[in-house]
Amino acid sequence: MPSINQNAYPGALPNFRNLGILLRILLLVNGVCLIAAAVKSASIQQTLQEFTTIAALVEPILILSLMVLMLANPWLSKLPFFRGAFIVVLVELALTSLVYQLEGSFLGTGIGPLERLWLFCLLITTALIAYFQMRSRLFSPALAESRLQALQARIRPHFLFNSLNAVLSLIRSDTKRAEMALEDLSDLFRVLMADNRQLSSLQQEVDLCRRYLSLEQLRLGDRLQVEWRIDDMPRDAQIPPLVLQPLLENAVYHGIEPRSEPGVININIFLKNDRVHFVLSNPYQRDGAHHAGNKMAMENIRERLSLHFDVEASLTVTLRDDLYQVHIIIPYLRPEK
Amino acid sequence: MTAPMRIMIVDDETPARNRLKDLLADCADSFPNEVVGEAANGREALDLMSSEPADLLLLDIRMPEMDGIEVARHLLSLPQMPAVIFTTAYDLYAIEAFEVNAVDYLLKPVRGERLLGALQKARQNRPPGPAQLQKLAQRPRTCLSVQERGKIVLIPVSEIIYLKAEQKYVTIRTHEREYLLEESLTNLEQEFTARFIRIHRNCLVARDSITGFEKVTEDGEEAHWEVVLKGVEEKLPVSRRQQYLVKEFEK
Repeated sequence: MPSINQNAYPGALPNFRNLGILLRILLLVNGVCLIAAAVKSASIQQTLQEFTTIAALVEPILILSLMVLMLANPWLSKLPFFRGAFIVVLVELALTSLVYQLEGSFLGTGIGPLERLWLFCLLITTALIAYFQMRSRLFSPALAESRLQALQARIRPHFLFNSLNAVLSLIRSDTKRAEMALEDLSDLFRVLMADNRQLSSLQQEVDLCRRYLSLEQLRLGDRLQVEWRIDDMPRDAQIPPLVLQPLLENAVYHGIEPRSEPGVININIFLKNDRVHFVLSNPYQRDGAHHAGNKMAMENIRERLSLHFDVEASLTVTLRDDLYQVHIIIPYLRPEK
Repeated sequence: MTAPMRIMIVDDETPARNRLKDLLADCADSFPNEVVGEAANGREALDLMSSEPADLLLLDIRMPEMDGIEVARHLLSLPQMPAVIFTTAYDLYAIEAFEVNAVDYLLKPVRGERLLGALQKARQNRPPGPAQLQKLAQRPRTCLSVQERGKIVLIPVSEIIYLKAEQKYVTIRTHEREYLLEESLTNLEQEFTARFIRIHRNCLVARDSITGFEKVTEDGEEAHWEVVLKGVEEKLPVSRRQQYLVKEFEK
């Protein structure tokens, strides 16, 4: 299916402040060193010896590089991809030379000439950049497609048609409310149809959720009760758009609609240890009529969280008595100045 | 001039009911009608039918507790089944079933002219029968229903201890009392297979209600097993063919 947006995903350097990215770099570089040591030696013991020699040189370079890249990350991320990549390569070559000069004196000649190290450094750095680039490319169709899925899976047709029906019922009796409802509906669809690869602020997402819930309130009336606990939330936190709204839609569809009595959806957003926590809970109907749609929405959110935050984000679902709870933790990303 | 058609609107969403009321008022000139009742769920609708009998029900499919299709199935126990038109915003499964079984439905938001067409059709056509409705059902009923003094009495399936076929009827036994139902035991067994097991050619017992089995020996007869039930004194015989259940239960 052709995407609405035909532009290819623009290249970007990885976020060097992300724990997952750092771990990957550490593991991959050490893995390459281990392979190099193994190639050079005949026995396991010799391999370990070789590895120690290599590590003595490589680890300081690696640690220094990660520190420099972490510091330079905000500046690097603003550069066009190729210029950024070129600078990273230069930085790596410079750091290699520096460490070589400092350590060379007491390591002896066992490590060979500086030119050879430059070659290794160049190879590993470009390979890593290519790896991260490919990884984000791999995920990018998922992102482009997610907008189409947004229309099909995230906003249920059920919700759209019922909302339109509710608005129609108001047009004769309460024009003002009908107008407001249509405004809410168009705001909601504007976000759904937008390119959602960019992060948006938590405040924006919360506003969107309020619009969505006021539409649902229109048709469900008192049956839908919402408790917001967001006084302590970091309003400027950067989050992928449409993380919260689909969860609320699930809560309404599975928790509120199947009940005659009023039900409460709890939304609790707070900051703890520099992480943003989202805790959503809703009553749960134990009638076995759980739809596959729920799982799809959950997987979609999980995927997008891991793409944006790698291992630093988590999503857990718990079912306690008759309460369904979703808990999301993401790092607190402040907006770029 | 025919008398105005008496219509009941059943939908859990207030705006949806209001919308249908507006539309019905709009087509009152070309199709005389009167809204005699509104209900927010299936039970309310069935209760209302005894005090304000309607000729036609506009039934939402997706409603809490009891869906529209089950409501229609309970309406069958009335002496005269009223006409029904189902309404739904979006339900692929249901829409397909309606098409296949030629049962009329309306998609929400409903158009005035579509509603008028459906009303005219409903006056001419016969209401859907039990077999047709059974095919539309997406899940087992939550209740069984019998008619007593012109009123539909609902018996929640969860309260039924056993179902026993006796000649033309099936006896429904709950903790409090017995009811007579005009349905075949085989159909009931198929619909509620998760809840009941057959212990005898003429008897289905709720799995939850079985507390144990007892061996009974009567003079001159071969020994047989009986089911001991929760909540009632009565014991029910297990047929020889179903004796394997006793062993399964003991596991």
